[in-house]
Amino acid sequence: MNPFDLIALIFTDYTIRTVMMGALVLGIVSGTLSAFAVLRKQSLLGDTMSHAALPGVIIAFLITGERAPLPLLVGAMLAGLLGTLFMGVVTSQTRIKHDSAQGVVLAVFFGFGMALLSWVVRQPGAEYAGLDQFLFGQAAATVEADVRTMAVIGGAALLVIALFWKEIKLVSFDPGYAHTLGMRVSLMNIAITSLIGVAVVVGLQMVGVVLMSAMIVAPGAAARQWTNRLGMMVVISAVFGAVAGVSGAWVSAAGVNVPTGPVIVLSATLIVVFSIFFAPNRGLVWESVRQQRRRAALANRRAHAEVPVGSVGSAEGATKS
Amino acid sequence: MTQSQLEIQFVAALVAAACALPGVLLVLRRVALMSDAISHTVLLGIVIGFTLLRDIENPLLIVFAAGAGVLTVSLTELLLKTRRVHEDAAIGLVFPALFSIAVILITQNFSDVHLDVDAVLLGELAFAPFNRLNVLGLSLPRGAVVMGAILLLNLALLVLFYKELKLAAFDAALASALGFSPILIHYGLMTIVSVTAVGAFDHVGSVLVIALMIAPPAAAYLLTDHLGRMFAYSVIIGVLSAIAGYWVARALNVNISGAMASIAGALFLAALLFAPERGLVARQLQRTRRRYRFAVEMLLVHLKRHENTPDEAAENSLSHLVEELGWKPELAKTTVQMALGQGWIERQAEALRLTEPGRRTAADLLAR
Repeated sequence: MNPFDLIALIFTDYTIRTVMMGALVLGIVSGTLSAFAVLRKQSLLGDTMSHAALPGVIIAFLITGERAPLPLLVGAMLAGLLGTLFMGVVTSQTRIKHDSAQGVVLAVFFGFGMALLSWVVRQPGAEYAGLDQFLFGQAAATVEADVRTMAVIGGAALLVIALFWKEIKLVSFDPGYAHTLGMRVSLMNIAITSLIGVAVVVGLQMVGVVLMSAMIVAPGAAARQWTNRLGMMVVISAVFGAVAGVSGAWVSAAGVNVPTGPVIVLSATLIVVFSIFFAPNRGLVWESVRQQRRRAALANRRAHAEVPVGSVGSAEGATKS
Repeated sequence: MTQSQLEIQFVAALVAAACALPGVLLVLRRVALMSDAISHTVLLGIVIGFTLLRDIENPLLIVFAAGAGVLTVSLTELLLKTRRVHEDAAIGLVFPALFSIAVILITQNFSDVHLDVDAVLLGELAFAPFNRLNVLGLSLPRGAVVMGAILLLNLALLVLFYKELKLAAFDAALASALGFSPILIHYGLMTIVSVTAVGAFDHVGSVLVIALMIAPPAAAYLLTDHLGRMFAYSVIIGVLSAIAGYWVARALNVNISGAMASIAGALFLAALLFAPERGLVARQLQRTRRRYRFAVEMLLVHLKRHENTPDEAAENSLSHLVEELGWKPELAKTTVQMALGQGWIERQAEALRLTEPGRRTAADLLAR
C-alpha cells in the first residue's frame, strides 16, 4: 500500500482513523507526562504502574460487571497508585532499596491480577471479552468510545498540569524550597505520580503493559536532549509522543500483520537514538565534532608556537590564552 | 496426590529455588530491575535462536537467550556511558525496544508456531508433566531436567565464588581493588540471570520470574543480616510460595503462576509486618517501649529531685505529673503503673514515693 492510499484511508476507513486518533491521544498524554517522569527520575514508574494496574482492572470489572472503559480505567488507576504508595512505605520504612521494592510490587500485583483474570475467565457466562487486551494491548480493537474516554481523561490530566504548572515545576526541581514555602510536598508528589498513572492507564489498552512503560520513558528522554527549559521540554516531549504514536499506527496499518504497540515503541526508540546523536548542543555527534575541532586548533597552535608535543601543561596554557 | 500433581509442584519448586539464588545478589547489588529487563528480552534471543535452529526444544536456545540478556546489559551500559540519560531511563528504553522487536518478529514469521506472547508473559505450569525427557532411563518432565540443571549450575557457581560474590556485593570498591573485576562479576551475574530466566519463563512466564527472583530475597533481607542465611531463607520462601501457590491455584481454580506470585507477595508482606527486628510491627513496638522507658526514667528523676523538700507532697502526686511534665493522663497512669510494677515507687493515696531500688536507679540515671 503506498502512503497516499493510507492518507485517504484515514478519512475513509473507520478502524484506521480510530486507531490513529487513539495513538495521537496516547502519544500526547504520555509524552507530556513522560517529561516529568524523566526529570523526576521516575522513568520506571510507568513500568510499575502499568503492571500494578491489572488487578484494579479486573476488580473494577467484577464490581461493575461490564467492560465500560471508565470504571476499568479508574480501577487501573487506583491499583497503580496503591502499588506506588506501598513502594514508598517499603523504601522509607525498611532497608530495601527502590529497585527491589519496585520489582516486588510490579511482579506481585501483576501475578495477583493474572490469578484474578484466570478466575474471571473461568466463570460461566462472564462477559470478560476484551479484558486481556489490557495485558498486551490491542490497538486494532480500539473503538470510538475508547478514544473519547482516553481524550477526556488525558485532557483532564493535561489541564491539571497547566493549572498547577508553577507548583509542579517547583516541586520537581527543588522540593526543599517548596517545603519551606509551605507546600505539601509529599501530597504534591502523590498528585504528580497520579498524573503519570493517568497517562499509563490511558495508553494501556492500546499498547499493553510492557510497551506502555516505554511510552513513559522515551519521549521525555528524547526531549531532554533538545532543551534545558521545562516548558519547551514538555512541548517537545508531547510532540515526540504524538509522532511516535501516529507513525507507529501508520506503519502498522501499511504493513502486513504488524502489531501497532511494538511499532509505536520502536518509533519512539528511534526518536531517542536520533536525539542522543543529533540534538543541538547535547548531541553526541556535535560533541565529537567540537572535540575534533579543539584537537585541530590545539595542533595548529602547537605547530605555530612550536611547543614541544610532549609538554601537555604548556599546550593547555596556550589554548587558554 | 497424583504423579502429575507431584511433578508440577516439583518443577515449580525447582524454578523457585533456581530463581531465588541469583535474586539475592540482584537485591543486594541494587540491580533488581535488571531481572525485569532480562526476563523480557530473553524472548528476542529465543526468537532469533528459533529462526536459526528451527527447533523450540534445542538446548542451544539457552545460549541465544543468554546472549540477549548480555545484549540488554551492554546496551543499557552503553546508553549510560553517553551520559545523556539517567540509569532507570536507560533500562526503560532498552528492554521495551528489544521486546518489541521480538514481538514483531514473532507475528511476522511464526504466528503458527507455539511461540505466542501470552505464553511468554504468563507461562503455563500445568503443562509441565506432558513434555517429557528420558534421562538415564527415567522419564522425567522436561522442565524438571532443565530447571534442575540450572539450579545445580547456580548452586555450583555460588559455592565456588561465594567469597568473591560476598565481597563484591557489600564492598565493591575493595573487591575491585583486590582485583575482582566488577565488570566481569556484573556480566557473569547477568548471564546467570538470563539463563535462569529463560529456563523458568517457559513454565511460569516472564513476570513470575521477576516475582520469584525479587520477592523471596527481599523478604529474606528483612529477616537476617547473614548472607548465607539470606540465601537459605530466600530458597525456603521461594519453594514455599511455589507449593502453596500450587494448592491455592487448585483450590480456587486459578492460574498457577499468578497464585505463586500472590503467595510470594503475601509472604513478603508478612515479613514486612512481622519480621522480628525490622518488621513494621516490631519497630513500632520498639518505639513505644522506648517512649515508656524514657517516661519512667523521667518520673524517677522527678521524684528524686523533690524528695525530702518542703513541696514534696505537692510535687510528687499523680495529678501534678500531668501538669508539670505535660503528660497526657493516659501516659502518666501507664508510666506510674510500669514504675510500680518494677518496684521502683510506691503509692500512698495521691502521693508517690521512691522505694530504695527506685532511689538507686534514679541516682544512676542522674550520674549518667
